[in-house]
Amino acid sequence: MIDLQHVSKTFRKQDEMVDAVRDINLTIAQKEIVAVIGPSGCGKSTLLNMIAGLYAPSNGAVIYKGARVSDVNTAVGYMTQKDNLLPWRNVRDNVAFPLELAGVGKAERANRADQVINHVGLDGFAHRYPHELSGGMRKRACLARMLLYGAETALLDEPFAALDAQLKLVMHDLLLKLAAETGQTVVLVTHDLMEAVTLADRVLVCTRRPAMLALEQRIELKRPRDVLNVRFTNEFKEYYDTLWERLRVEYQEERL
Amino acid sequence: MTAPDTDAAPATVQSDSSDTGRRALGSGFMVVCQVVLGAVLLLIWQGASGRLVDNFFISNPVEVGTRLFGWIADGSLFLHIWATVYATVMGFIVGSIGGVVLGIWLGVSPFTSRLLNPYLSALNALPKVALAPLFVLWFGLGIESKIALAAVLVLFLVFLNTYAGVREVDQDLIDGARLMKATRTQVITKVIIPSAMSWMFAGLRISVPYALIGAVLGEMIAANRGLGYLVQFSGSQFDSAGVFAVLFVIALLAVALNFLVDIVQHRMQQWRVVGR
Repeated sequence: MIDLQHVSKTFRKQDEMVDAVRDINLTIAQKEIVAVIGPSGCGKSTLLNMIAGLYAPSNGAVIYKGARVSDVNTAVGYMTQKDNLLPWRNVRDNVAFPLELAGVGKAERANRADQVINHVGLDGFAHRYPHELSGGMRKRACLARMLLYGAETALLDEPFAALDAQLKLVMHDLLLKLAAETGQTVVLVTHDLMEAVTLADRVLVCTRRPAMLALEQRIELKRPRDVLNVRFTNEFKEYYDTLWERLRVEYQEERL
Repeated sequence: MTAPDTDAAPATVQSDSSDTGRRALGSGFMVVCQVVLGAVLLLIWQGASGRLVDNFFISNPVEVGTRLFGWIADGSLFLHIWATVYATVMGFIVGSIGGVVLGIWLGVSPFTSRLLNPYLSALNALPKVALAPLFVLWFGLGIESKIALAAVLVLFLVFLNTYAGVREVDQDLIDGARLMKATRTQVITKVIIPSAMSWMFAGLRISVPYALIGAVLGEMIAANRGLGYLVQFSGSQFDSAGVFAVLFVIALLAVALNFLVDIVQHRMQQWRVVGR
């Protein structure tokens, strides 16, 4: 469904050219959950920005459902660590924002927004403003908005990095539940190996900048996964060790 | 009211009322001090006039009061106040609309803003008062030329603030809206303008006194009514009492305008909070 063909991206920083991504070939199937992992600042986010059509690749092409991405890709939902809720709107109006943009009437908007708000466990908070919510609640609101928008692909850029470990688990559970319900394709960028193995069907390890694919690992853990207990199984540990073996090289080089 | 034990009132109510009582006493005491200071200054002024300094230069409070009373009695003062207030308000409205529209337009079009940048900088650096003769030529001696001068002063302040506010809008919010199929117009009306709102209000707030300055200056340069005209006219008649009387009225007007702005700002507090 998503096809990256020899994709490279170079940024100009003052007079210097910085390679962020170099020659990545990748095919992501529909309903697949793919995690991209690598050292911080290696160009993983650039990859997502190119799939979203926010940046054009310097070389190569991003193909989405058979068509080349040349403008913003409105089939995707984007979620970052910095949850992009509009600070002057309450939860309901934030969640209903995509419907408002599409010209849906006010009553229907509120109705459908309340349904998804309840679905992600935010009932009772529809009238709160983002700055009144905890980090986890803001993530829930973002997920609700994406759900209501009906994005067929979710691009997640370290969405839960700022949350504490327990809250992360709860959000992982919610994310997997929603993805299974909607049949969403998910591309997750993270630097948390535990998160990557817990959630993904396939984990890709990126090198340090410029990002290149170093290792690709299928995760054959059965679904639905119990996000709390899956990490204590032997299979999980094997996947984790294999990936960490490769990832460690990148971190070691960085320290030099 | 002062007897605490007439009724079986709860203790909290008692302590509440005594608290507010003390606070009222405190601020009341300060007001008394301020009034006393004013009276003392007026007495010193009255005493110094004619003895230490020539009455011709500093006049004296009694003469100033008499002049003021005379203008109030024949109603001419209100004509002048109205002319100035009208020019100030109209100038503020025209200038703010122009500033907001220009700020948003240039804020969202990087090409145009870079194209116009040197010209706008030059215009902004120009002392706007120097435009007054031009406005008299264009709009005549009437109220329009005063409105124009006030509007130009307001326009640049509001424009610069609005522009800065639009440029400050978080690009991620804009990208997010575009990914949800927002059109360019929707991005402007639903993301950029609400986000820049607190900046716009800041610009509007600081430009209120400048609207008054523009109106009064315009009247001083060429007019037949308004407080600016009156202060200029009194000066040219060597009527120092008249000059002081008008200055007093202008100061009152400025205080009233600031008070009005504070009230409006208080009402808008919600916007300022959520617009962070």
